[in-house]
Amino acid sequence: MLIVGELINSTRKAIAAAIEAGDRASIQQIAKDQANAGARYIDVNAGSFQDREIEYLTWLVQTVQEAVELPCCLDSPNPAALEAALKVHKGIPMINSISLEKERCEKLLPVVTANDFKVVALCMSDEGMPRTADDRIRIAEELVNFLLDHKIKLENIYVDPLVQPVATDQTFGREFLKSVEQIMSRFSGIHTICGLSNVSYGLPQRKFLNRTFMAMAIAKGLDAAILDPLDKQMMANVLAAEALVGRDNFCMNFINAHKAGKIVC
Amino acid sequence: MTDKLIHALVEMQETEALQQAKQLLDSGTDPMDILDACSKAMEKVGQRFEKGEYFLPHLMMAGEMLKQISDIIKPLIKEEKSTTEKRRVLIGTVKGDIHDIGKNIVTFLLEVNGFEVRDIGIDQPPEKFVESIQEFQPQVVGMSGLLSLAFDSMKETVEAIEKAGLREKVKIMIGGGQVTEQVKDYTGADALGPNAIAGVNLAKQWIGGK
Ligand code: B12
Repeated sequence: MLIVGELINSTRKAIAAAIEAGDRASIQQIAKDQANAGARYIDVNAGSFQDREIEYLTWLVQTVQEAVELPCCLDSPNPAALEAALKVHKGIPMINSISLEKERCEKLLPVVTANDFKVVALCMSDEGMPRTADDRIRIAEELVNFLLDHKIKLENIYVDPLVQPVATDQTFGREFLKSVEQIMSRFSGIHTICGLSNVSYGLPQRKFLNRTFMAMAIAKGLDAAILDPLDKQMMANVLAAEALVGRDNFCMNFINAHKAGKIVC
Repeated sequence: MTDKLIHALVEMQETEALQQAKQLLDSGTDPMDILDACSKAMEKVGQRFEKGEYFLPHLMMAGEMLKQISDIIKPLIKEEKSTTEKRRVLIGTVKGDIHDIGKNIVTFLLEVNGFEVRDIGIDQPPEKFVESIQEFQPQVVGMSGLLSLAFDSMKETVEAIEKAGLREKVKIMIGGGQVTEQVKDYTGADALGPNAIAGVNLAKQWIGGK
């Protein structure tokens, strides 16, 4: 499971304050904590500061990469901010995200095609949010084929089928899961990714619901996630699900995590 | 008399609520009283939600029960209405916003108050409002929006209506959680409806109705 650490996001108040104050130490500590907890990419988002996003996103990349030897997941729909951040970025970043929305797609395509980057392909089009698995698969097919036509490698594509709250429509969870399964089987070698906390919006016991949903999604083939790696129970759950679904050779990851005291239930 | 109905609605007893509504109708209760009870119940549900006793699915379920009751009652009200001149309200959630629980309640109450309502749904761009106004010829347009970004969409929609030369023909009311008087002024709408009843009252004030 490829974990993208989600914490350095300017929509969180503490992070926004740290960015504005130029507080390197705090940002670097959070980057390190996430790396130690198993993150393989560090998501960076400065989207709350519309007029200074370019400057702040660049600063985040530099600050994070001084502290950890990991690539970033550049979380912005703004090509100018991405380009500036890419200039200072070391290694192969993940671009979060492109979609079938015309404007977003046209602007971001040149950024992704020119390079061997990983890219998150969000199942969203100008027609709005997908509701059913069929909606998602239609968008995913069009978007993936479009990216392939533009010489982006299949294994660099991370399709995000988009998680929506079951509190507002009880079919949303099921339709998401179905779409993960179908996308993974239709495009052998592709990846699926998601930020899944939205699934529990409007309900009590959100963390518990999120963990349960994670296990279900892993069973369908989900192989990447944007989440809080400091959530120990969630991380334990990921390891357990991977072992149970046969994606952990001889269950060694799970056993080692247990020995290291990381399986917190 | 409507206490049982209110109780059933507030306690999320779907079958019971529908049965109560039917029984009340059968026993000759004025449909308006039933609708009144429904809006009282919705108010209580809203309060529980605000206190954290109820969760989002409660709001959704209450909306669903409301819709079913309105489906039973609407035909009865249509009859009354056909004698009077058509009073039409167009309503929708503006571009970029998909919140519709509040809008649906407003629609419901307008319908049960004898207005002919066309609900164009969520995330509707200004063009769609304009098109629908041309088609449906409403006297009142209602725009719903809960996101801050919806304020700009509302403003754009009012502007588009103006550009299309339709501004004089319609009164525009807006509503949704965060909407304030300042927002109303910003968007150029005629009035703000802090809740669904206020929306009905505005429509009545503008184009009549008992
Ligand atoms: C339910 C809900 C959702 C549901 C919507 C389901 C649905 N089918 O509507 C879901 C989960 C999908 C959702 C999604 C999002 N939501 Co939301 N959501 C809410 C929530 C919890 C309740 C809203 C609600 O339905 N209230 C109950 C109804 C009855 O009240 P109401 O809409 O205000 O309507 C009443 C009056 O205002 C009035 N009225 C309404 N419309 C009209 C129109 C007219 C003409 C008139 C006269 C009167 C009128 O009458 C109604 C009845 O009295 C609020 C938080 C809150 N506590 O309010 C957040 C909230 C509105 N959401 C918010 C956000 C940010 C989002 C998301 C962007 C979250 C995300 N990051 O994904 C997305 C938005 C996607 C989009 N593009 O719109 C924010 C908005 C912040 C802001 N200032 O922009 C809020 C305030 C939560 C928060 N505190 O952050 N959300």
